[in-house]
Amino acid sequence: MDFIELFRESFPSLLSGLTVTLKITALALVIATLLGLLFGLMSISNNKLLMFIARIYVDLIRGTPLIVQAFFIYFGLPTALDFKINAFSAGVAAVGINAGAYMVEIFRAGIMAVDKGQMEAARSLGLSYRKSMAKIILPQAVRKMIPAFINQFIISLKDTSILSVIGIRELTQSGEIIIASNYRAFETWGMIGIMYFVIIMLLSYTARSLERRLVI
Amino acid sequence: MIEARGIKKKFGNLEVLKGIDFNVEKGEVLCIIGPSGSGKSTLLRCLNRLEEITEGTIKIDGEDIHDRKTDVNKLREKLGMVFQSFNLFPHLNVLNNITFAPVELKKMDKKQAEEKARYLLRKVGLEDKALVYPEKLSGGQKQRAAIARALAMEPEIMLFDEPTSALDPEMVGEVLQVMKDLARDGMTMVVVTHEMGFAREVADRVIFMDDGLIIEEAAPEQLFTAPQNPRTKDFLSKVL
Ligand SMILES: Nc1ncnc2c1ncn2[C@@H]1O[C@H](COP(=O)(O)OP(=O)(O)OP(=O)(O)O)[C@@H](O)[C@H]1O
Ligand SMILES: [Mg+2]
Repeated sequence: MDFIELFRESFPSLLSGLTVTLKITALALVIATLLGLLFGLMSISNNKLLMFIARIYVDLIRGTPLIVQAFFIYFGLPTALDFKINAFSAGVAAVGINAGAYMVEIFRAGIMAVDKGQMEAARSLGLSYRKSMAKIILPQAVRKMIPAFINQFIISLKDTSILSVIGIRELTQSGEIIIASNYRAFETWGMIGIMYFVIIMLLSYTARSLERRLVI
Repeated sequence: MIEARGIKKKFGNLEVLKGIDFNVEKGEVLCIIGPSGSGKSTLLRCLNRLEEITEGTIKIDGEDIHDRKTDVNKLREKLGMVFQSFNLFPHLNVLNNITFAPVELKKMDKKQAEEKARYLLRKVGLEDKALVYPEKLSGGQKQRAAIARALAMEPEIMLFDEPTSALDPEMVGEVLQVMKDLARDGMTMVVVTHEMGFAREVADRVIFMDDGLIIEEAAPEQLFTAPQNPRTKDFLSKVL
């Protein structure tokens, strides 16, 4: 079997694997952004309890490997709490909750990087903390967060390959299945590597041009 | 209009204000002068509760502002504040910097707020800068825009914390001119400043602070030509 034929045979299923990878990454990052914003705001609040909860979340996630988190969500929780979850949802949740912890720090750093005078100016006009945060601080913080956010996007995209362990047919798992039948490890893993690489390069490039346009 | 009694303020163990009493009447311009670190900014920031006081009372229009029941946001609408470092919102153009708070808080419609903003921009001489972003402005223009932003909330009192200290010398005049116009229009103003010329010309009363206390309080002519306290004399001899 020559390479052209191998490519023609395996590419469609690798492409559908890549689609799954991108879907999981995109959904997970939506979750991660919401979690990051919520816990990020908690971590800079004046309330000790809220700060503590945010701290626990970040520490727990950073202190354990993603693969353990994925197993815990897919096998652990459903047995303990007696519910069913499909692999895809568990995968999205695992990567989302994992990236969320890193997003907490990204939001926190972004908000801290906004000059303290901005909050004071907004508050002195009579705006509430909430409004000042939403309309004055966060819009500035988000611009500063873009590079870190894209970086997290890339990390999470690569992290999804771990989800092959819970049987999700994302890009890496698709590759394993193909190799199990054709035994062409070199070419197949090579193609998979290139696919990850191209997507990530596209992302980085978009990020850089976005960053240039949003600079204030 | 402002009535401050026995104000003390500590940062941790450091007592920055050590018992301050003063009044400001409606339409009056009060200037606060004093050496660096004497507590001038802290005192000003206590007036709109950017800092909480440790002891004492501050009443504005008879309302105790450090009372738990006081709505601090409503209170701040009455007090405009201008900062040394301008603090314009960099992601909004000048017009939106000015209309932002009135639209959010006074539920003014955007058009009305913009008309008002353009009127204020004319007043501070920036009518041609409405659609420009703050980074494109000179320091003096930034500060004038910041004054217009504060005025847009129609405050009863304006607080200035060294509004010209961050400016190149050639831009100080244009900002002071705007402040003089405001004073002439009868605005109640509390101004922390190093501009002794301004204090002398515009203030109705000058307070000299040192080390967290008011050392001397007098009409500007009196304070600048015949200071009573040796510390005032010493300070003035250094800055004049
Ligand atoms: N947030 C803070 N935490 C701790 N100490 C502070 C804080 N803000 C001010 N201080 C201290 O309080 C003292 C008075 O500061 P303040 O800024 O009120 O002085 P100032 O008279 O405005 O001086 P300057 O002319 O330099 O602006 C200084 O010793 C300062 O270091
Ligand atoms: Mg100061």
